[in-house]
Amino acid sequence: MSEKLSVSAIENGTVIDHITPLCGLKIVLALKLPDQKKRVTVGLNLASKSLGHKDLIKIEGHTLSEEDASRVALLSPQATINLIEGFAVVKKFPVAFPCFVEKMFDCTNPHCITRFEPLTSGFEVLSKGGKVELKCRYCEKVFAHDAH
Amino acid sequence: MGKDILSLRDFTKEEILFILEQSQKIKERGFSPLLAGKLMACCFFEPSTRTRLSFEAAMKRLGGECLGFVDGASTSLKKGESLLDMMRVIGSYADVIVMRHPLEGSARAAAEVTQAAVINAGDGSHEHPTQTFLDLFSMQECQGRLEGLSVACVGDLKYGRTVHSLALALKHFGGRLYFVSPSSLAMPADICDALRDCGVPFSCHESIEEVIRKVDILYMTRIQEERFVDKMEYEKVKGCFRLSEKLLSGAKEGLKIFHPLPRLTEIPPSIDKMPHAYYFEQAHNGLYVRAALLNLIFGVEL
Repeated sequence: MSEKLSVSAIENGTVIDHITPLCGLKIVLALKLPDQKKRVTVGLNLASKSLGHKDLIKIEGHTLSEEDASRVALLSPQATINLIEGFAVVKKFPVAFPCFVEKMFDCTNPHCITRFEPLTSGFEVLSKGGKVELKCRYCEKVFAHDAH
Repeated sequence: MGKDILSLRDFTKEEILFILEQSQKIKERGFSPLLAGKLMACCFFEPSTRTRLSFEAAMKRLGGECLGFVDGASTSLKKGESLLDMMRVIGSYADVIVMRHPLEGSARAAAEVTQAAVINAGDGSHEHPTQTFLDLFSMQECQGRLEGLSVACVGDLKYGRTVHSLALALKHFGGRLYFVSPSSLAMPADICDALRDCGVPFSCHESIEEVIRKVDILYMTRIQEERFVDKMEYEKVKGCFRLSEKLLSGAKEGLKIFHPLPRLTEIPPSIDKMPHAYYFEQAHNGLYVRAALLNLIFGVEL
């Protein structure tokens, strides 16, 4: 079987590469890509020299914002962002955790006010020795990121 | 200082000391009607005696007025209204809201929907910041200092919001903490992590005997039977966290016993006459500390 990428190249847009397997579809939903009416190609469980296997997302005609790139980091910390112009990669960078994230997760504390009132969830993102934790801005309970 | 009082985590050491200093001035000089024309709304969705009455007493002694309710079941929440809608409207009637609610983060959520100042009088098992200010004031008063104290927190450390706020505040002042509780009611991990991050030494124990000789402050809390799924476990542990004159015979002469009250069996009435007992003075100090906080919310500094 060919080792080449079975996903076709895009002329202009963004490629999110080196996504941890099983996270590609989560990222598509978290970024609300289907709502944006752009052509999106998703590769799942592709061969990868560095990771063994990876997911991949190509979004045509769209430059991923810094905010969206930081949301990708919370779902797949080792992902990389490639900005494409004229079929060439013009910029490539790793994703970075945001300091704060809104709306992406629900607080898992059963006694948090956010579970009972119409509030936008918000978490401070804490990174300690490779472990990522989320601290609810309302109840201030801290959760390991894996809980989500 | 921002106008809401929601969590000890929002206060720097300097701000805490300033609040204590203002409280001392009120205790020494008495009350002046500097808040005449201001209205406080007490919104208590859970029972309270001392907190609510001390806030009302403070506000009235400062010349202000109070209104409110003491039981959430008597409010429009019963009709299905959201808490945020209710607080948005109440905040349009009053200048300051003092709020106690069973859900964590409720006071912060309320502060977001109203221009009125919001004081957290206890939100679930999260925090009770004004209790901590009066606890610190009382510690400073009876020990002559806050730096380097050895403090034991005893009882229900998992659900006890007063000890959560207190541990976070004490991290500013060095000292040594001792957590004495049944293993099922231990201090939550996020509080312990915050203490480790600040280099505050603490240890966990299962009996008061282990720490009684070492501490300056013994902060007692009530172990509630309803927190135990296994009632036999409750029966086994409840006696371990009860004071006695015999237990206190090993204490430092200057040891003071604190309790946020109400106390039940953990401090028998026979302890009240001992020089170590400080819990009633502690409760009394709530009047001055809450008055100082109300003044500061309205920009009044002594």
